[in-house]
Amino acid sequence: MTEEIIIAGFGGQGVLSMGKILAYSGIMQDQEVSWMPSYGPEMRGGTANVTVILSDERISSPIINKFDTAIILNQQSMDKFEDSVKPGGIMVYDGNGITRHPERKDISIYRVDAAEEAVNMESARIFNMIVLGGYLKVKPVVKLENIIKGLKESLPERHHALIPLNEKAVKRGMEIVRMVQEV
Amino acid sequence: MGDIESGDIIKDENLVYSKTKVLTDNVMHYCPGCGHGTAHRLIAEVIEEMDIQSETIGITPVGCAVLMYNYLDIDMQEAAHGRAPAVATAVKRLMPEKFVFTYQGDGDLAAIGTAETIHACNRGENITVFFINNGIYGMTGGQMAPTTLVNMMSSTSPYGRDVQMMGNPLKMTELVAQLPGTFYVTRQAVHTPSNVRKAKKAIRKALENQKLKKGLSLVEIVSNCNSGWKMSPVQANQWMVENMFPFYPLGDIKLDGKLVNQE
Amino acid sequence: MKELKLMKGNEAVAEAAIRAGADAYFGYPITPQSEVLEYLMMEKPHERTGMVVLQAESEVAAINMVYGGAACGRKVITSSSSPGISLKQEGLTYIAGAELPCLVVNVVRGGPGLGTIQPAQSDYFQAVKGGGHGDYHLLVLAPQSVQEMSDFVGLGFDLAFRYRNPVMILTDGAIGQMMEKVWLDEQKPRMTEFPSWATTGKSADRERNIITSLELDSAKQEKFNLKLQAKYRKMEEEEVRYEKIGCEDADYLLVAYGTSARICQKSVQIARSKGIKVGLLRPITLFPFPKKPLFELAGRVRGMLAVEMSAGQMVEDVRLAVNGKVIVEHYGRMGGIIPSPDEIVDALEKLIKKGE
Repeated sequence: MTEEIIIAGFGGQGVLSMGKILAYSGIMQDQEVSWMPSYGPEMRGGTANVTVILSDERISSPIINKFDTAIILNQQSMDKFEDSVKPGGIMVYDGNGITRHPERKDISIYRVDAAEEAVNMESARIFNMIVLGGYLKVKPVVKLENIIKGLKESLPERHHALIPLNEKAVKRGMEIVRMVQEV
Repeated sequence: MGDIESGDIIKDENLVYSKTKVLTDNVMHYCPGCGHGTAHRLIAEVIEEMDIQSETIGITPVGCAVLMYNYLDIDMQEAAHGRAPAVATAVKRLMPEKFVFTYQGDGDLAAIGTAETIHACNRGENITVFFINNGIYGMTGGQMAPTTLVNMMSSTSPYGRDVQMMGNPLKMTELVAQLPGTFYVTRQAVHTPSNVRKAKKAIRKALENQKLKKGLSLVEIVSNCNSGWKMSPVQANQWMVENMFPFYPLGDIKLDGKLVNQE
Repeated sequence: MKELKLMKGNEAVAEAAIRAGADAYFGYPITPQSEVLEYLMMEKPHERTGMVVLQAESEVAAINMVYGGAACGRKVITSSSSPGISLKQEGLTYIAGAELPCLVVNVVRGGPGLGTIQPAQSDYFQAVKGGGHGDYHLLVLAPQSVQEMSDFVGLGFDLAFRYRNPVMILTDGAIGQMMEKVWLDEQKPRMTEFPSWATTGKSADRERNIITSLELDSAKQEKFNLKLQAKYRKMEEEEVRYEKIGCEDADYLLVAYGTSARICQKSVQIARSKGIKVGLLRPITLFPFPKKPLFELAGRVRGMLAVEMSAGQMVEDVRLAVNGKVIVEHYGRMGGIIPSPDEIVDALEKLIKKGE
């Protein structure tokens, strides 16, 4: 199994850290992983994206232009990456701020309104974990228990108290994700 | 009195002066009358007197003193032009128990190496910097230095240093004395026996300071460059006293971490 | 025991340096490699191993600190990215001329000038042909993964001391910024004994040690140059490293290092799925360059495509290696653009058509 994912949104939305948690979770289940970020001025509030690959085999190129899954968190990323999803692939997106919804007919599209839900849950910081939950419901590439293990590995110990909230957020994302179209 | 044989005089008990063992027997390439030879000798003597020959690492510059490693019998490194304070920084940090010094001319320390000098001083590197200021580039044949005096002639200021065109002479020693990282900053000369004695004391103090671990010590030695200045050694020393010393006054500028009030 | 971590390439270099028993790191921040210094400062290696870490006032100062530390026989490392590496060239030629071992990491970004902070491979010439003035070479290692970023630190130090020669890890922003699994080496102790040439203080039982690159006597300087050249020939005999992927039945060959080699591995898969028998030769040492295996393959394949994130630099060494035996083309992107696996396959198909 190889899953090639792009996660794209604004800097500050937790794009890179969502990718990092996925990569850690992959390691927890003995997979090969790569995490390739966009870097530079984007890091400071512009658009940010990261390519994550999880695979049972040696990963050839960590830099790719076609993805099995695109997780899209703002309009710019929608415009940039909608065409990069492989035919038959998946897009998961947050409808918040999206003015032009996806138009592809040859991919499965799911919507998780995580920004709205994060407000309901009174914690903006778990936004990315709600998105992650939505994605994992659609495509369970990593197990929830490995996400928790991954969080423990990637978070400094002083933040471990936040893990239950993050777990709750992932589960909430699994509940609120909804299908827009399936192919 | 009968005839005196040389063997009657050359006896240990009659010995009043000998060359320090820290100087090698290599013949120095310096011009007759140049201050480098004396400065080398004083540093070598202090190393012997402090008994630190095996614990001292010297860093030589690019300039007239580039071949200093031929004359001092200690481990030495030859640095790129101006970079000696950076080189010495690493040596001292990796071997904090050793005595580490740089020996640099005015072009090396005050022009191309200004950044390295100021930052080593500002970090308070626990090293000693010997700075030979003769107001000219000696090695390359007498070009203008950052320390060349106003109206002073050199091969690249053949009509004298014109401040409008070439800027002002730089007093690096006063400048680094302002930095909190320097502990001892002094200006000396080696053209008379009394100055030689004072300079030697300063050199010793500057090296001994490394044991205190309180920051960088810098000893400037105002020297002549009789061939670069196109004078005889005697004229050069006289010219130095009359022209260099008023602009680069001798004496301590910073002592034990405190600026000395110079009236 | 080896330890498994998820790390950026830059972080792996830093951690590997501590574990290799490095004595010092001197550096200056520049994107995309600042994580090396940041990681080291965060890790407090002075508490872990006694390693010295210092942020210098410039790349120039940093490389001269490397000179000073290396001259004391210590394991010293610095890192930078292209513009900073250009500033270090003066120091590097002195280090080569004084025959000092050290490790320099270049996390390449696009140029010329301030260029871009995005990855590139446009410093190849500078890295393998000398870089500064005079006839000298760095020994150049080209990692393709975070694992190799870690592995090549220890290897680099070994080679640097074996040859008394500066070693460069030539990588790029993609590998520096990318996170992958990495098995970290066990902690090695720092050296307690130093080479006989090191300036550690002249003890009574030996002659003084002098570290210099100056020799005013031309006859002696020529002799020294010949000694350096003999050293480089020995490297060419003994230190060539490369990897061959799918070359056994290959009709065509891709030649690529570092990030480009990773992308080419995907291109090989795509091309083979289209029925094109293509292999990949990945130089791991760029100096010494794997001339012999390329010359051998030149007799068996119909064409070679050198893929680089540059206007075509390594391709010249490929052409020198095959010496006209086979057609060698170049495909590259510049300015921080990374070629996609598909466009490399397109370039390969063009080469095939041209051959027919």
